[in-house]
Amino acid sequence: MITVRFFSMVREALGVEELSVELSDSINSVASLKRALADQNGAIWDETLHQPNLVHALNQRLVRIEAAVVDGDEVAFFPPMTGG
Amino acid sequence: MSHIVVQNVVVQKDVFNAAEQYDLLMRECPGAAIVTFTGYVRDHCDSGCVGQLELEHYPGMTESVLGELGQQASKRFNLKAWRIVHRYGVLDVNEPIVWVAVIADHRSAAFDACQFLMDTLKTDAPFWKREHMTDGSANWVAAKSSDSERRKRWRE
Repeated sequence: MITVRFFSMVREALGVEELSVELSDSINSVASLKRALADQNGAIWDETLHQPNLVHALNQRLVRIEAAVVDGDEVAFFPPMTGG
Repeated sequence: MSHIVVQNVVVQKDVFNAAEQYDLLMRECPGAAIVTFTGYVRDHCDSGCVGQLELEHYPGMTESVLGELGQQASKRFNLKAWRIVHRYGVLDVNEPIVWVAVIADHRSAAFDACQFLMDTLKTDAPFWKREHMTDGSANWVAAKSSDSERRKRWRE
């Protein structure tokens, strides 16, 4: 099981802040997780998770989308940051 | 004299006073060249008058990213000390958002390090701004291409 978190307008568009996902043979990386979430939850998820500038983090670090996920990991999806 | 422990990164909801931050840092780390930057909530944007600014953040990741950026700056510009204070939550117009301070031996390293920290934290630290307008509407602030251009200057 992993934790998936959403922030800012991604969280608002999906209406979800956090969820738990069971890993499987087809969900074992950030990329496959994103694909599964986009494919299985309808048009809004598909559109939101496929926006070109979406940022992803694994265990609170920016990683390549191909990065593998294991049980206990935390993945997050969010729009580009606007700090300062 | 009591020893004051200065935390390098502070992410807080409460308002802070830039002058007090400066005094605190100076007591701990007196130095030759000090540059600070304070960012405040502005009262306007392209679409009208801003009443309040809301800052969402990713607790934990925010602190670690700011810490890494500070360490990079410290190494790259040979800093004696550095400090970042950044707020989250709902901020009123004219309240401080961010305070960055760097201490170096010479001015050019200090100026560069402060610019480096502001340019990198804007695009790398997980904060998201939402402007609450005086007419009651609210909108997320889009990331600016000018900010990512400034960020690129520092890639080695």
